[in-house]
Amino acid sequence: MTIEQPPIFREVGVEEAKQLRDAGYRVIDVREPVEWDEGHLPGATLIPLADVASRIESEVPDHDTPLLVHCLSGLRSARASAILNQLGYRTVVNLKAHLNDWRLAGGAWEEPTPLLSPEQRRRYSRQVLIPEVGQEGQRKLLDSKVLLIGAGGLGSPIALYLTASGVGTIGLVDDDVVDESNLQRQVLHSTDRVGMKKVDSAELTLRGLNPETRVIKHEERLGADNVERLIGDYDVIVDGTDNFDTRYVLNDAAVKLRKPVVHGSIYRWDGQVTTFIPFAGPCYRCMYPTQPPPELAPGCDVAGVLGVLPGIVGLLQANEVFKLLLGVGETLAGRLLLFDAAGTTFDEVRIWRDPGCPACGDGSTRPEASADAVAAAPAGPAR
Amino acid sequence: MSTIRIPPVLRENTGGSRELVADGGTVSEALDDLFARFPALRDRVTEGGELSQFINVYVNGRDVRYAQGLGTSVGEADTIILLPAMAGG
Repeated sequence: MTIEQPPIFREVGVEEAKQLRDAGYRVIDVREPVEWDEGHLPGATLIPLADVASRIESEVPDHDTPLLVHCLSGLRSARASAILNQLGYRTVVNLKAHLNDWRLAGGAWEEPTPLLSPEQRRRYSRQVLIPEVGQEGQRKLLDSKVLLIGAGGLGSPIALYLTASGVGTIGLVDDDVVDESNLQRQVLHSTDRVGMKKVDSAELTLRGLNPETRVIKHEERLGADNVERLIGDYDVIVDGTDNFDTRYVLNDAAVKLRKPVVHGSIYRWDGQVTTFIPFAGPCYRCMYPTQPPPELAPGCDVAGVLGVLPGIVGLLQANEVFKLLLGVGETLAGRLLLFDAAGTTFDEVRIWRDPGCPACGDGSTRPEASADAVAAAPAGPAR
Repeated sequence: MSTIRIPPVLRENTGGSRELVADGGTVSEALDDLFARFPALRDRVTEGGELSQFINVYVNGRDVRYAQGLGTSVGEADTIILLPAMAGG
């Protein structure tokens, strides 16, 4: 005569399971992670059936802990319950019911907040498909804040593409108005907006392109008095200014506040791009310690600039922004990229962090250099 | 002998040339050869006999400040880039 071994775990229906859960039973969900991701009981612990034997001891070391085990229908969890019994857990209860019934009966349930809404998944689908971006990367972009210094030649393509790609917040610093002579290259603006503030014109364009992106208008000129306030809240700063004063003021504040700056500059047929990451690479002053005289560095208004040049250089800058925000690829930190539109050639020169740099070097004597910035610089010979 | 890239802002001093071949075994000698042919260039890139601090000089992409300065040797296969800061945006 054989004695059939009854299951020594109990099996319960939805109502009793709800009471047990409320009474403090530890809920073990033995489904697969993809099922879990679609929704699960709050506070439950996910251990797929195949992993129950190997993982339960580390998740629940105390064998006296009462366990409520469930899967989708009660079958896998019955097998898991038997295993748990064999491993010595004294109070094991299997939910012998479908999870749909649990939910219909008002059982506690939570669904994870999706990283992207259905609209966002559609809008950014081509980008999300890239393995290095994915939904996580797109979420990062949506949560990012980028400040553009200048809504002109370089700022235009940068703002357009960052906005189109779903960077969540774009700050624009510009106190200028749209002039007819801007329209040959500043594609954020248009003929009917001549005389309008550039930040207002930019906002109209960007809102039309992607209403989700928040545009913050800073209608002021960046200077020593406001630079720290302006850049403080942003993740990445993009330098698309048209003058040296602003570039040096921005550099020194960005070093102090440790903000990465993506640098771009243009002249006639030529452009330069690099990325400054404070203390991890050189800064603008490492490259050019002091400001050159005006005759060596005329602006676009005097020297002229090819219309497509800011488009090309600006998008190289935007590319740097994406890499910084996503943490993928290799930035131009430590490399200055030189573009010659006439020959369609790229050159690259190495730029080094200068231990004698007045902004980020260890021998810095600039009164505005922060104490921690000086302390963070590696020791090196004073020049 | 080496190749020297002329930055756009200095091309008016080299008759519009973007790239020139210069004689000399060091950066200094190559520049002297250039100055002999384009005297106006000397005033633009030197100050009191020294190279202006506003212009960076690279040999094959390496800043000569981190090599032997203007004494850095150059040969036929080498390219010297003169690079003043650029402001426009």
